[in-house]
Amino acid sequence: MEAVISTENLTKRFGDFIAVDHITFEVSRAEIFGFLGANGAGKTTAMRMLIGLSKPSSGKASVAGFDVYRETEDIKKNIGYMSQKFSLYEDLTVAENIRFFGGIYGLSGKILREKSDLLIDQLGLQSETKKLVGALPLGWKQKLAFSVAVLHEPKIVFLDEPTGGVDPLTRRQFWEMIYAATLRGMTVFVTTHYMDEAEYCNRLSIMVDGRIEALGSPADLRTKYNASSMDEVFYKLARGAERSAG
Amino acid sequence: MITPGRQFVTFIRKEFAHVLRDRKTLLILFGLPIIQIVIFGFALSNEVKNARILVIDNARDDVSREIVGKLAASRYFDLEEKKFSHEELEQTFREGKINLAVVFPAGFGSDLIHFNRAQVQVIADASDPNTANTLTNYLTSIVLDYRPAGAGAQPPPLAIGTQVRMLYNPQLKGAHNFVPGVMALVLMLVCVMMTSISIVREKELGTMEVLLVSPFNPVLVVLSKAVPYLILSLVNVTSIVLLSVFVLDLPVKGSVFLLFAESTLFIITSLALGLFISVRANTQQTAMLASMMGMLLPTLLFSGFMFPIENMPVALQVISNVVPAKWYYLIVKAIMIKGLGFSSIWKETLILSGITLFFLTISFKKFKIRLE
Amino acid sequence: MRIIRFLLEKEFRQIFRNKVLLTIILFVPVVQLLILPLAANYEVKNINLAIVNHDHSTYAQRLIEKIASSGYFRLTGVDQSFRKSLEAIESERADLVLEIPHDFEKDLVRENRQTLFVAVNAINGMKAGLGAAYLHTIIRDYNRELIAFRAGSTSTGGSPVIDVVASNWYNPYMSYRLFMVPGILAILVTMIAGYMSALNIVKEKETGTIEQINVTPIYKHHFIIGKLIPFWILGLVVFTLGLGVGWLAYGVVPVGSLALLYFFLAAYLLAVLGFGLLISTYAETQQQAMFISFFFVMIFILMSGLFTSIDSMPPWAQVISRLNPVTYCIQVMRMVVLKGSGLREVAPHLGAVVIFAIVLNTWAIVNYKKTT
Repeated sequence: MEAVISTENLTKRFGDFIAVDHITFEVSRAEIFGFLGANGAGKTTAMRMLIGLSKPSSGKASVAGFDVYRETEDIKKNIGYMSQKFSLYEDLTVAENIRFFGGIYGLSGKILREKSDLLIDQLGLQSETKKLVGALPLGWKQKLAFSVAVLHEPKIVFLDEPTGGVDPLTRRQFWEMIYAATLRGMTVFVTTHYMDEAEYCNRLSIMVDGRIEALGSPADLRTKYNASSMDEVFYKLARGAERSAG
Repeated sequence: MITPGRQFVTFIRKEFAHVLRDRKTLLILFGLPIIQIVIFGFALSNEVKNARILVIDNARDDVSREIVGKLAASRYFDLEEKKFSHEELEQTFREGKINLAVVFPAGFGSDLIHFNRAQVQVIADASDPNTANTLTNYLTSIVLDYRPAGAGAQPPPLAIGTQVRMLYNPQLKGAHNFVPGVMALVLMLVCVMMTSISIVREKELGTMEVLLVSPFNPVLVVLSKAVPYLILSLVNVTSIVLLSVFVLDLPVKGSVFLLFAESTLFIITSLALGLFISVRANTQQTAMLASMMGMLLPTLLFSGFMFPIENMPVALQVISNVVPAKWYYLIVKAIMIKGLGFSSIWKETLILSGITLFFLTISFKKFKIRLE
Repeated sequence: MRIIRFLLEKEFRQIFRNKVLLTIILFVPVVQLLILPLAANYEVKNINLAIVNHDHSTYAQRLIEKIASSGYFRLTGVDQSFRKSLEAIESERADLVLEIPHDFEKDLVRENRQTLFVAVNAINGMKAGLGAAYLHTIIRDYNRELIAFRAGSTSTGGSPVIDVVASNWYNPYMSYRLFMVPGILAILVTMIAGYMSALNIVKEKETGTIEQINVTPIYKHHFIIGKLIPFWILGLVVFTLGLGVGWLAYGVVPVGSLALLYFFLAAYLLAVLGFGLLISTYAETQQQAMFISFFFVMIFILMSGLFTSIDSMPPWAQVISRLNPVTYCIQVMRMVVLKGSGLREVAPHLGAVVIFAIVLNTWAIVNYKKTT
C-alpha cells in the first residue's frame, strides 16, 4: 500500500520548547490512523504541520505526495479538515454552510447541488436545512462538520478531537461515518484522547511529551505492553510523562 | 475564612493580569493621550497661518506696488503674484490652490489721486467661512491702514487707539483649549469602553456565570474589573499633566490636588457609565459600538472643547448638560487655566456627582435584577 | 472567480442576518449626519461683550450703540466696575470686556487722542482673535465717522479712502454647515468602512472559522477580495444615504459632478478598507482590532483638515497630513460639492488615493499568512 502520509524526524520548536520531537511514521491509503496522546502531548501541533497550517522547524514530511514545506497549497487541494472547534459558520444555515465550503473546494452547479442533497439525506437533516448551525445540538454539528470536510472527496481527511463532549451513541454514529468514508478509499487521520476510540483505528501512535512512544495496531500494542485495554497501554506509557493536561 | 477584603484583592490581581497581558491594547491606552497632546498641542491650530494669497495687479502703479509690498511683508500670508484672467482665477480657486485673491483694477493709483477714492477687490474662497472672514478682515485692515507716504501726509485728525490684553492665554495658543478636552476624552474612552468590554467579554465567554454562581459577592467581581482602569486612568491624568507642563508650557495654575480629586470623580463617573453599558450589552461588538457611539461621540461633540456649545441650537445645548464630560471640562479649565479654587466649581462638582450616583444606582439595580 | 462568488454570498448572508449590526451601520451615520453639522459650528457669533463705561458722554453712548447694532456681539451688560466685568469673564458669561475710560469724550475733543481698553478671554484663540478683530473694525469705523462728523460733511476730510470690496465665492451665505457636511460625510464613511473591515477578519480569527479557510486551497488574494467587496458596496450605500440626508436636511447639493464623487469614493473606499484589513491581520481579538483602528482613525481625522486647516499646521504635521488618505477625501468632497471642481482638478488627489489603496491592500495580502 502506498503511503499517503509519511514523516521523518518531523520537529516543531517554539523557542526552547520542543512541541513535536522528531516523529517518524507512515500512513497507508484507506487506513484509519489514530493519533493519540494526552492533552499537551503535541498531537494538534503535529497535525497542523501536516495540513499546512504550521511550518515545521526541521525534518521531512509529505502528504498526498506533496512536500509540507514547499507544496502546502497542493496538499490543501487534496485534504479535508475538521478542527477542534468544528469551524462551521454559526450564523449561516446548514444548507448555506454546505454550499459555501463545497464552493470553496471547487464544486459548483449541479454537482454541488446533488452532493449537498445527498449529504442532507444521509444525515437526516432534511427538516433542518434552513436552521442556523448555531442552533443545532452538538452531535448534529459534529456530523455536519465531518460531512462538509469530506464533501469534495479528498484523499485524506484530518480530524482534530472530533468527538469531544457528545454522548456515546452519537460517537458511535460518527465513527460509522468514518468507516463509510474509508470504504470509499479515503484515508482518515484522527487525533483523540479517548482511548476507547483507539480500538476503532487500524493503526495508531501514542505521543508522550512530543515523541511517539508507541506505533502499531491496537492488538499489537496491547500484546506488547501486556495490557487488556488501550487505556492500560496509555497509562503505562504516559505515567512517566512530564507534560500533561493543561 | 477568606475575608471580602482579601477576595477583592484577589480579583483585582486577576484583572490586572488580564489587562497587562494585552500588550497591544495597553500600548494604545497609554499612547493615546500622548499622541493626542502632541497633535493638539503642536499640530492643530485654529489660527489662520500660511494662507495662500494671489495678487492680481492690473494697475502696477506706485500705490498698488506699495500696498502689495505691505501684504507681502505680512507673516500671515504666502503671497504670489500672477496675471490671471477671470477664468484662470476661477480655475485656480477650483484647484484649491489659493484661499484669497486681491485684485487691483487698472488705474487704481490715479483714481486715488484724482478722486480720493479707489476700489480694491478681495475675493475669498468662502468654503471655510472662518478662514475667509479672518483673512478678509486682516487684509482689509492692512489696506485701510495705508497712508500714502509723502502725499501731504498729516497725522489723522482723530485717533482712537485700543489696548488689548489677552487673558489666560496671551500667546493665543491652542493648547489651553485642548488639554482639558483631551483629558476628558481619554478618561472617558478608557473607563467606559474598557470596563464595559471587559465585563461583557466574561458574559460572552460564559465565565461570568461561573463567577456569579460562586460564593463571591458579585458586586465585588464587577467592581474589581473597574479598579485596574481607575489606576490606569490616574496614570493617564498624570502623564497628560506632565506633558502639558513640560512639553506644552501650560502649567497648572490652580491646585494640583484639586485637579486629581476632580479627575478621580470623573473617572468614577465614566466607570459607572461603562458599568451601565455592560449590564445591558450582550456581545462585545454591541458594547464597543455603544461605547463609541453612545459615549465617545457625545463627549467629543458636547463637552465644548472641540465645538463651542453656545453656537449650537438650543435643543443640543440642553442635551449637552447631560453629558458628564461637559462639566468635567469646565472644572479642569477652571483649575488648570484660570487657577480658580473649589468655591468656583462646587456647582459643577455637585452635578457631576449627581450624574455618577444616578448611573451607579440604576446599574446596580439592573444588575440585581439579572441575578434574580 | 467562481470562488469569489461563493465568498460574497457567504459574507452578504452574514451581514444581512446580523440585524443589530445592520441597523447600526445604516442608522447611526444618518443620526450623526443630522446632529454633527449642527454641533460642529466654528462660526464665531454671539460673542459676549461686557462694557465698563466710566464716561457717560454722547460719544461713549454712540460707540456702545454702534457695537450693539453690529450683530457680532451680545452685550451682557454695561457696568461701572471693571472687577465685576472681570468676574463675568471668569464665570464664562463674557468673552470680552471693553473699558471706556473717564473723560473719554472730553479728552478726545481736547487732545484728539484716546485709548480704549479691552480684555479678552483668550482660551479659545479663534474666538479671541476674531472678537478682538471685530471690535477693532467697529472702533476704527467709529473713528472715521467722528472724523467726518467733525469735518461737517460726508467727505473724507482730505485723506484718501480705499474701498475694499469683498466678495465671498462658493459659499455666499457663509454657511458653516455647507463647509462641514461634506467633510463629516467623508469621515462617517471612513469610520464605518474602517471599523467594519478591521473587525471582520478578526471575528473569524476569534471563532476559529479562519482556520477552516486556511486549510482550503483558496488563494489569499481571493479571500481578501471576498472580504473587500461587501464592505465596499456597504460604504457606497452609506455614502448615498449620507448624500440624501445632506440634501434633505441641509440643502447641500453638489455643485460638481455626482459621478465624479462616486468615482473618487470608490477608489477611496478601497484604501480605507485596505487599511482596516491590514489592522485585522495584526490584531488577535476584536477588542484589539477596535482599539487599534480607533487610534488610527482618530489621528487620521484630526490631521485631515476637517476641523482645523492644514495650512496652519507646522511643516512636520503637514507631511503627516499628506500621508493621510482622509485628507484627500475631505479636500475632494469640499472641492467638488462646494466649488464644482472637475476631474482635472482632483486628479492628483485621486492618484494619491489609488496609491494608498494599492499599497495598503498589498501589504494586507502579504501579511496574511495561511501558514504560520
